[in-house]
Amino acid sequence: MRRLSWFNVTSLTLGFAFLYLPMVILIIYSFNASKLVTVWAGFSTRWYGELIQNEAFLDAAWVTLKVAVISSTLATVLGTMAAYTLVRGGRFFGRTLFSGMIYAPLVMPEVITGLSLLLLFIGIGLDRGVLTIVLAHTTFSMCYVSVVVSSRLISFDRSLEEAALDLGASPFDAFRLVTLPIIAPAVISGWLLAFTLSLDDLVIASFTAGPSATTLPIKIFSAVRLGVSPEINALSTIMIAIVTVGVLTASLVSKRASLRQQQDAQAAERATG
Amino acid sequence: MRRAALIAVPYFWLLVLFLVPFIIVFKISLSDAALAIPPYTPTLRDGIAAMFAEFDFENFVFLTEDDLYWKAYLSSLRIALLSTFLTLLVGYPIAYGMARAPEEWRPTLMMLVILPFWTSFLIRVYAWMGILSNEGLLNQLLIWLGLIGEPLQMLNTNFAVYVGIVYTYLPFMILPIYAALDRMDGSLIEAAEDLGCSRLQAFWLVTIPLSRNGIIAGSFLVFIPALGEFVIPSLLGGSGTLMIGKVLWEEFFNNRDWPVASAVAVILLLILVIPIVLFQRNQQKQAEAEQ
Repeated sequence: MRRLSWFNVTSLTLGFAFLYLPMVILIIYSFNASKLVTVWAGFSTRWYGELIQNEAFLDAAWVTLKVAVISSTLATVLGTMAAYTLVRGGRFFGRTLFSGMIYAPLVMPEVITGLSLLLLFIGIGLDRGVLTIVLAHTTFSMCYVSVVVSSRLISFDRSLEEAALDLGASPFDAFRLVTLPIIAPAVISGWLLAFTLSLDDLVIASFTAGPSATTLPIKIFSAVRLGVSPEINALSTIMIAIVTVGVLTASLVSKRASLRQQQDAQAAERATG
Repeated sequence: MRRAALIAVPYFWLLVLFLVPFIIVFKISLSDAALAIPPYTPTLRDGIAAMFAEFDFENFVFLTEDDLYWKAYLSSLRIALLSTFLTLLVGYPIAYGMARAPEEWRPTLMMLVILPFWTSFLIRVYAWMGILSNEGLLNQLLIWLGLIGEPLQMLNTNFAVYVGIVYTYLPFMILPIYAALDRMDGSLIEAAEDLGCSRLQAFWLVTIPLSRNGIIAGSFLVFIPALGEFVIPSLLGGSGTLMIGKVLWEEFFNNRDWPVASAVAVILLLILVIPIVLFQRNQQKQAEAEQ
């Protein structure tokens, strides 16, 4: 018998207005013809045109994308391994330290992670560039992946794996043929999380990037430090559009997958029952 | 054999790229600044004995003597605490409304809360620069309404920092509170009302205590990152906004004083250990209670 009161409706409306208005305003003003970002001077796609011709931004976007794809893929492999070890690995030497190292980066301020990695890279004489950003991003995002994947591993029925082992599968085959398909949605959302974390990251990238490689957030940050710019509005709009489409698609796909899984489970129940 | 490799690879990765860097920060915070590249004197070169002989707490003493650092720590704590409280005030009614919304709306509402989280943090902070600036939309609106005659200085003040933190961390507050409220048994409220509570009393005496765990989890999720925040104070805050993340950045990039930056990092971490341990405890207690 829950019913929305006026108070609920008002707080939901105001709350979502607060969450979305700033971004809506940003998107509207990216189509502003005027260079003065606060004065509306008619509709124009001028800033998108200038953005496409801005090679510094395009280069940075390319570096960012490269770093995000490589680091999120590495992070997914490492994070899944770590999750599997933590959930199924039983006891091993230094387990507490290991789980500590998995959880600590989640709450570590970015300035500290960035600073410490930079000091390491300088200490071992590694030139800063794409490689160092990839190493840095992989390290913090593998922890997020491992948290996402281990929550899925904990909730699934272990007897399925044991059945495969009893039926003669090698542990690797059991993982590949039984465990992996079941945890796949978590692995995919882990990858997506790692990917967006890498795309987004400014602080850690600023510490670990060298003059040879600049990422998009670093470029955006140095541009907006001087104030609002219409080109950045256009760039932000593109990024918001990509994320929105991506998240909506992912949620539709996962909804359909879980629906199919339900149907399969029902069919299996009917067949065995 | 395979099992050993499975454990060893991520273990080794984290040891080299998480733990070792950390030890280096700790070590450099105890060494002297030097005008060289890298700009510090290595203290670990001559083995452990020399290391202990050469350790000095100069940088930490320096931090306690210069009141800039004290002020930055205190001001970070104050900003993080107050903005956590403000996020709670803004977030609770939203979570409450979501929990009372019709069943079929809830996935959409959840989606709407999560979506901004996937959008670039930097862009969400940047969006406020155009709104809060002197010629910005908020000032234009207030002048048009006749509430103020002159534009108010809002950007580059602590006010803008609070707005930025509340805005960017709001989903972290809403989601755990919503999860707690969603689990709550609605008949408890009815029971309270039947027993003579007014709606406000029922809310205060039943709903709030039952959502306590959500409130605590959400508050930590906002407080912990807000304390070390760098982007928000540097884009929205002014020269008077002191936050420790910003101080560390400036020590490192502008003053190139690595040992002091490292010492700032070590102390920030020590300050964070307390809320992190408390948060872990709370989560554990909750997990045990659910079992």
